[in-house]
This record gives sequence, structure tokens and C-alpha cells, in this order.
Amino acid sequence: MKHLRQLEDQSVFILREAYKNFDNLAMLWSMGKDSTVLLWLARKAFFGHVPFPLLHVDTSYKIPAMIEYRDRLAREWRLNLIVGQNKKALAEGMNHTKGRVECCTALKTQGLKQLLEDKGYTGVILGVRSDEDSTRAKERYFSPRDKNNEWDFRDQPPELWDQYKISFPPGTHIRIHPLLDWTEINIWEYIKLENIPFLDNLYLDQGTGKRYRSLGCEPCTFPIESTAKNVDEVIIELRNTKVAERAGRAQDEGRGMEQLRKDGYM
Amino acid sequence: MTTDTTMKERMNIVIVGHVDHGKSTLLGRLYADTGTLPIGKLEKIQAICQQQGKEFEYAFLFDAFLEEQQQGITIDTARTFFSWGGRQYIIIDAPGHKEFLKNMVSGAARAEAALLIIDALEGVRDQSKRHGLLLSMLGVKQVTVVVNKMDLVSYREDTFKGIEKEYRDFLNQLNVTPQYVIPASAKLGVNIAQVSPETPWYTGPSVLDSLAHFSLETTLTEKPLRLPIQDVYKFDARRILVGRITAGKLKIGDRLVFSPSNKSANIQTIEAFNIDPPPTQAVAGQSVGITLDEQIFVERGQIAAQETDRPLVSTRIRANLFWLGKRPLEIRRPYSLRMATREVPCEIATIHRIVDANNLNDRQTQSSVQRNEVADITLRTKTPMAFDLYTSFETTGRFVLVDDYDVAGGGIITESVPDEQESFRTEARERDSAWVKGDVGTADRAKQYGHQAAVLLLTGPDTTAKGFLARKLETVLVAEGRHAYLLSPENLQRGLDADLVETKPDEVIRRFGEVIRLLTDTGLLVICTTNAFPQASRHLLPTLQTLVNPIPVITIHMAKDLTGPQPDTDLAFAGPENFDDCTHSLIELLKTRGILGESSRGQGEFQFSI
Repeated sequence: MKHLRQLEDQSVFILREAYKNFDNLAMLWSMGKDSTVLLWLARKAFFGHVPFPLLHVDTSYKIPAMIEYRDRLAREWRLNLIVGQNKKALAEGMNHTKGRVECCTALKTQGLKQLLEDKGYTGVILGVRSDEDSTRAKERYFSPRDKNNEWDFRDQPPELWDQYKISFPPGTHIRIHPLLDWTEINIWEYIKLENIPFLDNLYLDQGTGKRYRSLGCEPCTFPIESTAKNVDEVIIELRNTKVAERAGRAQDEGRGMEQLRKDGYM
Repeated sequence: MTTDTTMKERMNIVIVGHVDHGKSTLLGRLYADTGTLPIGKLEKIQAICQQQGKEFEYAFLFDAFLEEQQQGITIDTARTFFSWGGRQYIIIDAPGHKEFLKNMVSGAARAEAALLIIDALEGVRDQSKRHGLLLSMLGVKQVTVVVNKMDLVSYREDTFKGIEKEYRDFLNQLNVTPQYVIPASAKLGVNIAQVSPETPWYTGPSVLDSLAHFSLETTLTEKPLRLPIQDVYKFDARRILVGRITAGKLKIGDRLVFSPSNKSANIQTIEAFNIDPPPTQAVAGQSVGITLDEQIFVERGQIAAQETDRPLVSTRIRANLFWLGKRPLEIRRPYSLRMATREVPCEIATIHRIVDANNLNDRQTQSSVQRNEVADITLRTKTPMAFDLYTSFETTGRFVLVDDYDVAGGGIITESVPDEQESFRTEARERDSAWVKGDVGTADRAKQYGHQAAVLLLTGPDTTAKGFLARKLETVLVAEGRHAYLLSPENLQRGLDADLVETKPDEVIRRFGEVIRLLTDTGLLVICTTNAFPQASRHLLPTLQTLVNPIPVITIHMAKDLTGPQPDTDLAFAGPENFDDCTHSLIELLKTRGILGESSRGQGEFQFSI
């Protein structure tokens, strides 16, 4: 439990730095376990309040239970929820059959880009973790994106001793990553410790011998074989598995993630 | 990932060393030999290698970017997770190429311990030493050295001993003693996960076992309290001060004194979300929220401590600094200094010497510090800041310099250099801590009066009608219902200063400052000019600021014209002007700064402090 409180203290510090230093700040919330833990940490940092809007980039292909859960928590926790959607791409018939990377780029990366442009956010908080993917392992806590939303991973600014990048040229923005040091197991341990409401009907086995380990769009996210019926069983399962967390996420295949993230994907 | 059922602690370890000495390979091997790689990871990389027609290397497991794999080097630091022996490690793989030193520093600054890799065939190289020096400056005191590629020197003991001696001698000069020096071959897995027969003459642990010998810092809590204030929240009825405790501990009822403002109050509550019952104490490392029993002036950047052991305060510090900036560090160029949560403009006063990382000798003194160099410097901050020496407190004893938009260098404070305000600062601190207070606090007065206390100081050459504007200001403010008072320094001459037979400008200024301090403590807006101090006016402002601290001194400069360089003031007018307009601008400024409420009886709208 001590290691969870250490992680919590660090993430809360980062969230408070973000809130102090960015006038136009927002947090991405995908309703998955990570960004929901992030949202909970914001409530910790700001004593029950969430003093910035939560953005959901809706691809229209999300699992319906996710949307229901989103709206319920938004009501109960008095969240300022802003939903963005790349309506143009959807109208033109974009879907995963046109290519998974293409679809993610149009509906998520472009959808996010439009939302950021419309609202002029200069700081965006995201729940990405280092152990999800090897490009995320190379992220800074405060990571600049240029005018085109692109990530110049070849030339990242120095980051030392809790002194983060908080100034940046006009037109660019900073991605803030308070969960970089958390592992998948830490997320579940913390959900249990704090009793955080999560999408149990998707993340836990409902008697079919399957559960989702990572949530995304319905056509591109596949459940894993699992009989874990509660958080404890999930943790035990993860301690013994050697299968990658995002193995059920189709867009990651090959060099998918590196290209997606360079162009501004989460 | 692991069969351990309980994770007791976390630790960050960085792997450093010269380019191509085998850091990423060692890391890849550590995972492979302990069976902690995810299924498919090895196969995925092997497939990519085959596709590109190149030999598989363990390094590719963590050199994620296409470019890194093509060039066979690590460009940026990668965090990897590794659980072993009840500990959850984050192992940070840092690049060894000189060009990516800023990435190495970013990785190493997060670490509590380091593995430093040296190639047995190449021996100690430039970055082996530079990384050693930077580790000591970054506060990474626990180091284990791995002499890698021992297979290329036929596991010869004399080769190993030669490298060990050379590098131990180097680290000794930095007061660093390596925990172990381990002969190994990462490529062949020798002495990585277990001690291997190839080095029968070696009696120490394997690299994996050596990790368990790194210990976690536990003495921080025993030190005096340091709580750098991060922010002040008023989301609801509570006024919560937040921050991360960097040393010591606190509990409800403790008396805190804030530096450099010298204000003090007691902790009333420790606030927390979803913790029942609420906490009554907190220790180093925790991000906390506290409320005080009195509404005193507190803002981000101040450091809370116990009255008996406070941080130092000055505008001058001496420091060892490493520079990572795109352009050189230069004397007199403006930089921003960030220490804990404080940010203050600064400039370099002196570059004492530049350290040659290879032999730790001095280099000829220069007027600038180039990228990747380490220097001994003195710097000057625009306003006083609270800090510690690095040897006593790590977090409040180190800082970064920001050039343009980027963090461009890091430094550790080696000395507090007294400035000309030193004696006044001591006087103010001792006077404030012994001050006997009534029951009416500063916030109560501010609420009743509709404004905070402040000093309005008019500066500028003679014949610019400073006195005229000062009188007009007083009249307008009082007519609006504000509590304002014009104090002319001449008024002290025949009274308070009557004993000063000879001319003692410093003492005249000191007494003037103490009188103003008293008046502002009553909640007044005090208006004065530099008219009576034609010679000493340069000293007047800093002394006033020191003596009335933390009450703001608003400066208004009156000039004949505004061409040419002007002093750094809050407002400037070129006279003769329309004095009604000047008065109006000044009142607007006071409102923007939150000193004046919207109306003279503006209770409710008025915000006390930030």
C-alpha cells in the first residue's frame, strides 16, 4: 500500500503543478481504468473538486456501456464534460475497415486536434502509462506538442527534479502525463484501495470466461480469456500473465503506435 | 509479471555510461534472464530484426524508436518496470551519446541509485566520467559499476582490476564510493542474473543481486520541516495551502513560519479527500493540504518550516551548475530560476571556474558556459528567495535555470552569499518573530477596510511633481473611503530622528522603513516619495521592501520623458501629465493587483492574498 501512496503523492503533485501553471487546462477521459484513476486523483488533488473540463473524444464506435457510465459519473461528480467528435470523417464513412491506423488517426487523433483547436487548450492531461507501450516509456511528465500537434521525440526538453516544462511558444501545447510511473497492476491495486467505481461489467468476467483488459472502440478491442470476477482476481491474474496489456488493441500492430503517437495520438 | 504477492516498496534505478558500452543490452538481458518479459515481446523484436536483415540484439527491446534501432543507439531515456525480491523497480535506460546528455540527465534526476557501465575493452571514456560527475550533482549517491564485455578481454582479472582502480580513484574525488564493481558480459549473460563460472576470481554479487543492496532514503522524515507551498485553494469555504513535504514532518497544532515573508500561524486541519478519519499528521514525500488558524499572507514559492530551523534567505547564491542549453550560459543575460515551487528572475553575477569533467581540473575562466559543461558560479536573483544548502536539504538546495521556454541547466547550492540587505533582513525576521499581536488579524482589517495594506513609493528626479501627485493620491483615496496616509520623511527629522546629529543616511532610511512598517501593520495604504533622499534613493527601495516584507511596495516612476532606459517600476509617467489620469491608472493597478477591493466597503468581493 505504501508504494500506491507514493505514486498518488507524485501524481497529485503533477496535477497541482498543471493546474497552477496552465490557464487553459483540460483532462482527457476515455472512461477506461487509467483515465478514471486519473480523474479520481484529480478529486484527491483538489479535495473533491475537478477544476477543469473533461474531454471525451467520441469515435461513435465506443461500447454503449461506456457512454452510460460516462454520463452517470459526470452527473454524480459534477464534472464539466465536453464531448468532441470528428463529424466530417464520420459523415464520409470512416471506420476501421478503411485501415485501423487511418481510422484511429481520423477519429481519435484528428478528433482530439479539432477539440484542442476549438477550445484553445494549452495543457492537456492524459492517463498514458510507460508500461503500456515502448514509445510511452520515453515520455516526459510534461511533454510539448508543436503547432501540428506533433511530438518531436528526437529532441525532448530536459526534465529534472520535479521542474517541468510549463512555458512554451504560442500555438503549441503541453501534454501532461501524471500516470507515467504507474503499472497496470498499480492501477487495479489503487482502484481496490480507494474503492473507485469502474466499468465492472466490461473489465470483469460476467460468466462468459472473458473480460476486457483494455477498452477502446468496439470493432478494434477484443476481450481476453479470463475468469477474474473481482479486482483481487484481476490482480492475481496480472501477476501471473506475460501477455502484453494492449495485445487486444488492433491499432498497435507493427509500428502502429510510433507513427500514431508522433502525429499526436494519446 | 512476477509471482511476488506483495510489493513493499518502489525504487528508481538509472543505467548510465559511455555510448555503446552496453547499457540497453544489460537491461534487455536482465529481463530475459529473469523471465520477466511479456510474451511476444522478444518474438516481435526478433521478427522486426529479421525483416530488416539484421542480427537480434537485446538492446532493441527498449530502444523503441525506429531511428534508435537503425542507428543502434539510445536517443531518449526509457522507463521500464521490473519486479524482483519484493521491490517494484523502475529501471531507467539512459542514452550514453554526448549529444543526448540532456536526456541522460532527465533520466538520472529521477533515480535513487545507478548502474554505471564501462566497456572492458575500451575502458574508462569521456562519458563514463561525465556521467559519474553528473550523478554526484544530481544527488544519486548509490552507484554500482558494471565492467561489461568481459568476454572481449577473455575475462582477465588484471584488465578488470585496472579499470576498477582507475574509476574508483575518479569517483573518490567526487566523494562517491561504489557499492560494487562487477565484471560482466551482458551479451552472454555472465554475472547478470547469477554469478557465472567465467570469473572464478570474482567473489561479489551478480548485477541482479546487487540491486537489493541499494537502500531507500529513510532519513528525510527525521530532518527539520520543509514544505514549499505549491498553491492556495479556495474551492469552497476552506482556504487550503497545498504542497509536497520535502523534509521533516508536521501535525495539527504545529506552528509554521513562512519564508521569506516571516509570517507565522498554526496548522488547524490537514485536509484530504476520501480519507476517513482525516489525517492528523504528514511526513516527507507526501502531497498535503493544510488550513491555518489565522488568515496570513501565503503564496506559492514560500517555504513553511518550524520557527527553530528556517531556510536561508538572500538574493545571492553560489552554486555548481551543469548547463544543457541550446545557447551558452552568459553573464548578465536574464534567466528564470526555479527552486522547489519558487520562480524568480535572475542573472549570473560571476563565473568562478569551469570544471573539466574528464579530470575534474579547473579550466580557464570564461565569460560563458557551453552546453554540457559544469561550472562554479554566483548568481543574483531579482527578489529575495528562501533556500537551503544542498548538503543540508536536497530539494530546497537545488534549482534549475530556464532560458527562453526550456529548462536549460541545473544547479546545487553550495553557499549563501550575503547581500547588502542582510542586516535589515535579520532585523525584520527577529522583530517579526517577537511581535506581540492583538486579536485583530491582517485579514480582518483588510476585510473591514476593503483593501490590503501597501506602500506607494513615488520615484524620479526633482521637479517632476512627485509631491503633487502624492498629495492628490491621498486626497482621492481618502475621498473614496480608503485608509490612506501621506508620510513625508522630513516629518521624522525633528522628532524620531532628532538624536541623529551627524548625517547617517542608512539609519534615517532604517527608521523611516520601520515607521512605515508600523503604519502598514495597521492596514494603511502609505504614500511616500524619494524627495528627502536625493543621494540615498537607490538604497531606499530595497530597504523598504526588506523592512515591510511581505507588504507590497508599489513603485511609480515620474520622469521628464520616457526615452532611454527606465528603472524597472510598476508604473511610469512622463511629466507633466494629466494628474487625474495618473491617479486613475494607479487606482486601476491597485485593483488588478488585488490590493483594492472593488469598492471601499467591498466585503465579499475582496480577495485576501492570492
